[in-house]
Amino acid sequence: MNAQAVQHADHDHHDHGPAKGWMRWLTTTNHKDIGTLYLWFSLLMFFVGGTMALVIRAELFQPGLQLVQPEFFNQMTTMHALVMIFLAVMPAFVGLANWMIPLMIGAPDMALPRMNNWSFWILPFASTMLISTLFVDGGAPAGGWTMYPPLVLQTGAAFPMLIFSVHLLGISSIMGSINIIATIMNLRAPGMTYMKMPLFVWTWFITAYLLIATMPVLAGAVTMLLTDKYFGTSFFNAAGGGDPVMFQHIFWFFGHPEVYILILPAFGIVSQIIPTFARKPLFGYSSMVYATASIAFLSFIVWAHHMFTVGMPVAAEVFFMMATMLIAVPTGVKVFNWVSTMWKGAMTFETPMLFAIGFVVMFSIGGFSGLMLAIAPADFQYHDTYFVVAHFHYVLVPGAVFAIMASVYYWLPKWCGHMYDEKLGQIHFWLSAIFVNVLFFPQHFIGLAGMPRRIPDYAVQFADFNMISSIGAFGFGFSQLMFAYIVIKAVRGGKQATDQVWEGAQGLEWTLSSPPPYHSFSVQPHIK
Amino acid sequence: MDTRKPMGPLVLKLFLVPILMFGFGYLMVPLYDVFCDLTGINGKTGDAISTAQAQQMEAETTRELKLEFVASVNQDGPWEFRPSHTSMVIHPGQTYTATYYARNLRDIPATTQAIPSVSPAKAAPHLNKTECFCFTEQKFKANEMREMPVTFVVDSNIPEDVDTLTLSYTLFTK
Repeated sequence: MNAQAVQHADHDHHDHGPAKGWMRWLTTTNHKDIGTLYLWFSLLMFFVGGTMALVIRAELFQPGLQLVQPEFFNQMTTMHALVMIFLAVMPAFVGLANWMIPLMIGAPDMALPRMNNWSFWILPFASTMLISTLFVDGGAPAGGWTMYPPLVLQTGAAFPMLIFSVHLLGISSIMGSINIIATIMNLRAPGMTYMKMPLFVWTWFITAYLLIATMPVLAGAVTMLLTDKYFGTSFFNAAGGGDPVMFQHIFWFFGHPEVYILILPAFGIVSQIIPTFARKPLFGYSSMVYATASIAFLSFIVWAHHMFTVGMPVAAEVFFMMATMLIAVPTGVKVFNWVSTMWKGAMTFETPMLFAIGFVVMFSIGGFSGLMLAIAPADFQYHDTYFVVAHFHYVLVPGAVFAIMASVYYWLPKWCGHMYDEKLGQIHFWLSAIFVNVLFFPQHFIGLAGMPRRIPDYAVQFADFNMISSIGAFGFGFSQLMFAYIVIKAVRGGKQATDQVWEGAQGLEWTLSSPPPYHSFSVQPHIK
Repeated sequence: MDTRKPMGPLVLKLFLVPILMFGFGYLMVPLYDVFCDLTGINGKTGDAISTAQAQQMEAETTRELKLEFVASVNQDGPWEFRPSHTSMVIHPGQTYTATYYARNLRDIPATTQAIPSVSPAKAAPHLNKTECFCFTEQKFKANEMREMPVTFVVDSNIPEDVDTLTLSYTLFTK
């Protein structure tokens, strides 16, 4: 309550401010309040999912079974993925969209403020339903977050809870996305043409389309699972004329665009931060927009690269391999543009910039291992090994998560009006950057050597690298407590931030006071 | 606030997208079957044909194919299930009957459904059955054992480079 009280006091009350008391947060339709709710929720879930990851890494510290039973281990891998994807990373991006899109395009609020409230408040219920499966008969879902049948159909009482929480999370993100699209299409300030929009807005615009196109497909797939289990349908049941492989096709038709949903807003964030600290306009703005759109388009035609080993005709393998490799072209354009933006820039290395540069370097490592996995004949070796784990953690942790942290450091002074502790921020970056590599880099090696993913025990030849990886995991995990401390410290007080906050910052959000008034841009600015 | 355009039409259109995509998810089911049918890549055998149709085919006695039989039980169900012979040599166009042996290992009646799959995929549409225990569910009494026939003909359009086919059945407990 104390932190909230401080926040109240900090708001600039020149017109009517927020309602008093805790009901404010329940009934709010203000984009800043809802953005804040999303971000706190996401931080909480980041620690919940992180704790699960530490259970996994603690068990894998040594070969043999020490701490947990294999069943529980599998629940941890499954739940860690679901929590991190649907409850940590996605809500964090939606929270950033809520806070920043109206400020960046000069809109007074989101287009559909009441639906916005609903989008957020579904989340606590959905996440409670999902996480409470840990305590029901048969335990939490343990068949992997991909929910492949027939294995997932063996889930106990948790099964319908899993399905319904996925439904709710889908509804929440679909409503959030519709709101974002409507805001961007209808509420841009006069003169803010599409090709003048900041890249964070552009990447979210495209991400929102991906979300409304693919989340319903996931909803359909899990509904089929539900009816297969309880209502006698045979979508994925071979005995009734169905096909379990079909689930994989439908799932990854959602799943591959989903991985771009998790990274496109990160591209947008990095494209905001690097120009600020390089003190140069973004290199190749329009090519960035087109590259984002190309990635989004290609994401719909590459899904089967997740399932090269199911037995596909060679023609299909070649098609999906080539289409996947094609994604490296627009992604390469982006990395090139970020590096070119920094080229001969007057760079300074405040914490947001450090995280952004860390993103560019380490996301590229994840991109390269992705290219290796795209090679269909090689994928038969890598499939379902720790190499895959290393790959997607490189794009998601020093990729998406670093971008989210960069954005928090970048915009936190704007949100709460106080500078964060720069020294602690830098320490946090270096601890995170070192430990994340200690954590995930060795997983490339054990993966190539053949260690399968999702197992609680392993052959002794993998022991050393697993131990290093686990040390990195605990180092990385505990470093994040520092992040929470820095954020809370800045929210509670600190050096007053200027309106522009950063010397090189450009854009509408920096024309407002720090923190911005509760209702900003009631009169829309004109963009020349 | 006055600069707002009307939201209604846009929001309605936007809501239409997820609704249609939900439908598309379900549409992928028949599309998948059609796609597999056209390409034969799911190992589905050719359509069932009548005995008369099978007898009209001309036996190509100069060409020999090896047909292998495989049996498996889904999720280690309580069944014993195996082909009576592991392989046979056949001529395209000639009708043959092979049998599979199955036994209910439980002391209660049970029903099974066998699901066929043919490999290689390009040969699958050319294996046509006139009669098969997989066409219907099979009811077994407690501990009953019996041989179940499958009558088939491989048509002569089967690609030249195929010399071995594998016919596999998986037994599911219903």
